[in-house]
Amino acid sequence: MTAPLRAALTSRGAIPLAILLAAFLLAPFFVNDYLLTVLILILYFAYAGQAWNIMMGFAGQLSLGHALYVGLGAYVTATLFTRFGIGPWLGLLAAAPIAAICGAVIGYLAFRFGVAGVYFAILTIAFAEFARIGFDHLDYVNASSGLFLPVKQYAHNDLWLLRGDPTMFYYVILAATVFAFVLCRLLLHSRIGYFWLAIREDEQAARAAGIDTFRYKMYAVMVSAAVTSFAGVFYAFFYNNLFPEQVFSISRSIEIILGPIIGGVGTLFGPILGAFVLTGLAETLNAMMGAFGLDLPGAKQVFYGACLLLVVLALPEGVWPPLARRLGLSESKQ
Amino acid sequence: MNALLSVAAVSKRFRGLLAVDGVSFTVPEGAIFAIIGPNGAGKTTLFNIIAGAMAANGGTVTFAGEPIGGLPPDAVCRRGVARTFQIVRPFPALSVEDNVTVGALLHRREVGAARAHAQDLLRRLDLFDKRHRLASTLTLPDRKRLEVARALATGPRLLLLDEVMAGLRPTETDRMVAILRALNRETGLTILLIEHVMRAVMALASRVLVLDHGVAIAEGAPESVVRDPAVVQSYLGVEAV
Repeated sequence: MTAPLRAALTSRGAIPLAILLAAFLLAPFFVNDYLLTVLILILYFAYAGQAWNIMMGFAGQLSLGHALYVGLGAYVTATLFTRFGIGPWLGLLAAAPIAAICGAVIGYLAFRFGVAGVYFAILTIAFAEFARIGFDHLDYVNASSGLFLPVKQYAHNDLWLLRGDPTMFYYVILAATVFAFVLCRLLLHSRIGYFWLAIREDEQAARAAGIDTFRYKMYAVMVSAAVTSFAGVFYAFFYNNLFPEQVFSISRSIEIILGPIIGGVGTLFGPILGAFVLTGLAETLNAMMGAFGLDLPGAKQVFYGACLLLVVLALPEGVWPPLARRLGLSESKQ
Repeated sequence: MNALLSVAAVSKRFRGLLAVDGVSFTVPEGAIFAIIGPNGAGKTTLFNIIAGAMAANGGTVTFAGEPIGGLPPDAVCRRGVARTFQIVRPFPALSVEDNVTVGALLHRREVGAARAHAQDLLRRLDLFDKRHRLASTLTLPDRKRLEVARALATGPRLLLLDEVMAGLRPTETDRMVAILRALNRETGLTILLIEHVMRAVMALASRVLVLDHGVAIAEGAPESVVRDPAVVQSYLGVEAV
């Protein structure tokens, strides 16, 4: 285990990566509360984007319903916490498999019956919508009135129960993002990663090369769903409130995929860079509008749309691949 | 020599068209067996049936004593039948080496071992120097070689080649012939090929099957098949003799 881990972490990009990580580790000492919240948001989207990227970027399966797995992660752990006092980390042991099973159900239906491409994407939206409507009427989790986690003033940070100040949450989501990055890199450089890429590139050719594409697509959905569920756990414990309308909404799913698309689908740095560019710029826009006393509802969405349009037209691979080439940092497997 | 592949009375119908009509033949282990015939004769359809990409309407396909008809293509490949596609389909955004590594991972757990095996095959196919290039940047002859390398990487006992010589210059054809011959001789690999390039067929095949309108009209040693009046009439043309 340690040998591939080391191999996965040492490359030409190791030094810039170490500097980046150091900057992230030290950031809370230099930024104010507002900026810290923005950084948390960026890392949240980097993490969720990385998880989505496993399915789309690696295995080529477009999910437009990843809010489903975020919502499941959030609701399962929040319910276990509020009803039974079970902490989020133990809750995750239930939430991640539940998300994976839901992913498996969707994957099974789609892959067994040949639902692919756009139709598969629509199926993922449909399931997220089922969940939204279902939870909206599920009294056990307070239906549409929402689920609230008890908020108290804590004398100290409780990492085990994820109760504490934003700095603690910042380090938690930073650790999660690093974990997702390392996991994705390991996966991409392993047998399963090669098979995923082959399926993404040409499913028929992959089958001719002996790959059981059904099985490997199922793995992709399940891993992606399980990893995504932690984004929901974080969401629930950071914001302390959950509404089905909010967590399962399609706009949540779209937000998740914008980062990787802008950063570069299928790359390891794309989701991180994309989250930075998008959330960073959007928050700058917000701050500027605030400074000029402008209040334009929906400006952020228009801005997201404009960013997406610009990237699709000017940098169809996303921001990262051309940037990486310019910096001489290739993500090749050498 | 034992039969490695037996095709018995295989038929395939596309609506009104009988694309393959009760074709039977046997490929002995270690042989190089060619299927020739005019366009639309049903050669690629027959290949697709053997490789599991299509289900036949009738007949049986037996590989190494086991019926493989109706198995999905990946299962057929895992049993030892690898194929190339007439219209090449490498993994475009992957490097040449990664393309072949994917194949080599079929029967290997370790990426390093698979990569080493892929490099051996790339040397054999004259692609080693281009191993870091993206498959999408290769010329057509190189892509054809890449398909052969990827198929070989899966460790087949039987290699199905669908017109790998098409579009190659005569010198490139001779090189491919030499490579395939060496593989056959050194590893005992059985090869079944569809080919229009008679120069390659005559140089490679120990046995030839001629298809016309889905029907096997002749089978035998290449020298005798090309003199068969029915073959000359339907496919080769009078000048070829």
